[in-house]
Amino acid sequence: MPTRVLVPSGVLGLGFDRKALARGVAMRPDIIAIDGGSTDSGPYSLGAGQSKYSRAATRAEWRELMLARAEAGVPLVIGTAGTCGADATVDWMFDITAELAAELGQSARVARLYSGQPAERVITALREGRIAPLTPAPEITEAGLSAMTNIVALAGAEQVQAALATGAEIVICGRTTDTALIAALPLARGDHAGAAWHGAKIAECGALCSTHPMTGTIMVEFDAAGFTVEPMAEAAACTPFSVSAHMLYENSDPFRLYEPGGHLDVTAARYAALDGRRVRVEGSRWVPGPYTVKLEGARAAGYQTTILAILRDPRYVAKARDWVAGLQAFLAAEISRRMGLEPLAYSLEFRLIGQDGALGAMETRRGQPVEIGVLGIVTAASQALASEIGKLINPFVLHHPLTPDEELPTFAFPYSPATTDRGALYEFALNHVMRLDAPMDAFRLTVTEVGHARR
Amino acid sequence: MRVADIALKVRSKNAGPFWVTVDIFCGSAVAFARLSRLPTAAIARVYGQPEQLLKRFDIAELNVIKISFPRPVVQGSREDRDMHGAQWAHLLAEMELGD
Repeated sequence: MPTRVLVPSGVLGLGFDRKALARGVAMRPDIIAIDGGSTDSGPYSLGAGQSKYSRAATRAEWRELMLARAEAGVPLVIGTAGTCGADATVDWMFDITAELAAELGQSARVARLYSGQPAERVITALREGRIAPLTPAPEITEAGLSAMTNIVALAGAEQVQAALATGAEIVICGRTTDTALIAALPLARGDHAGAAWHGAKIAECGALCSTHPMTGTIMVEFDAAGFTVEPMAEAAACTPFSVSAHMLYENSDPFRLYEPGGHLDVTAARYAALDGRRVRVEGSRWVPGPYTVKLEGARAAGYQTTILAILRDPRYVAKARDWVAGLQAFLAAEISRRMGLEPLAYSLEFRLIGQDGALGAMETRRGQPVEIGVLGIVTAASQALASEIGKLINPFVLHHPLTPDEELPTFAFPYSPATTDRGALYEFALNHVMRLDAPMDAFRLTVTEVGHARR
Repeated sequence: MRVADIALKVRSKNAGPFWVTVDIFCGSAVAFARLSRLPTAAIARVYGQPEQLLKRFDIAELNVIKISFPRPVVQGSREDRDMHGAQWAHLLAEMELGD
């Protein structure tokens, strides 16, 4: 049975063309599916269990999608709610949903799919030999797993289908593969499996697979043989190039995509233009495999304090690297003498913005910058310690001379205090898969009625 | 002559927290033919990586060359300087082609 999936944009919080969304709703989709996050922005969201996007932006866009859902009369699903899809951000998204339902006078059945993993579950799986590393994988130990602030498993199509099967009108999923959210309904309705996953991958970033990426909204129609993709913004077009090139995006292998329960192989896929703006794709293949789910985990790896000084004196700019080397040696001695801390007990790094700030040792170009930003990053075992080191180094970062026999220079500090406490530094600590006997073994569903009481 | 002088666009991005991927959009079959001759070893040197870690896809239908390799520093870890890995592209774009 053909299935139309409306994807409003690549992620909730990034905005979409409202006219394009309205056009999509008018085309009678079977479901509205939007991604709510990814690991793109780094480990902080998962480590802290917080959304990267503002509540206001999330709420404003979700409001429009809740209205679109009511108008279309079809389920609205969000994956990886609150950027990282931890249990806390699923509940954050639920609170916004409940608030909006009351405000809009809507009543709805809301399913929450939780992807959070208690450390004990993963430890048990590790003991039972059900955890396998991907390449490259950090070392894991039972103590290391227990120390992680959040572990999530990426839900696949089966878990999203279970959530839809509750009869929910709104489904808020924790960490989910970007593709599973879109593929779930077409797969449940028996559409072509290779097409379901391939079309989902093409549509997961919204209009990024079209000539006008910022317009957001995309419609994918799945059927027994393939899928057809069409942008909803009038100005946008999908071409065989724009669609097939999307397989390259944020993908280490453009032909294979691993999902819970198998992988997608698009080696034999054929892309054909149906007209100036729609593309038809057939020939993608789904290859079933063991039922594994990917794990993501984050842990605190210290606490940071930063300091930024700007060198404008041409002599210092020209010799910035030497200056930093001298400063660093001087500070290591001062920190040891005054705080009794040896260099192994903390990290102090200076990056030269304007010289090689983004690429470090890989940088090949050398220029003559007008000024150089010296970004000092202190990492220590506690915020108190990082902050204390920051205060200790502050006057020297301001005044350290290039040579011992010159007048003390004073550099530019852009603000006061010159140091900024950054809080915890989180790091991704898992790149593994966990084998499950049944898809729902590591996931949890709750269903709640929100808004006005049902009559 | 540099890669950027021939290619339409070179972009890079994380492919998950543990990988980075660089796409060279050659823009034409002629540019693709020229850039396909780029030795993988030379690309590996630009990023300071052992050649065997690089996965390379020369996709003639798209006139695209894709190179993926494990991030030498995991995204967001203490030593990371570019959270999204998007600046890495410039190193390849600025690479001299030689002959």
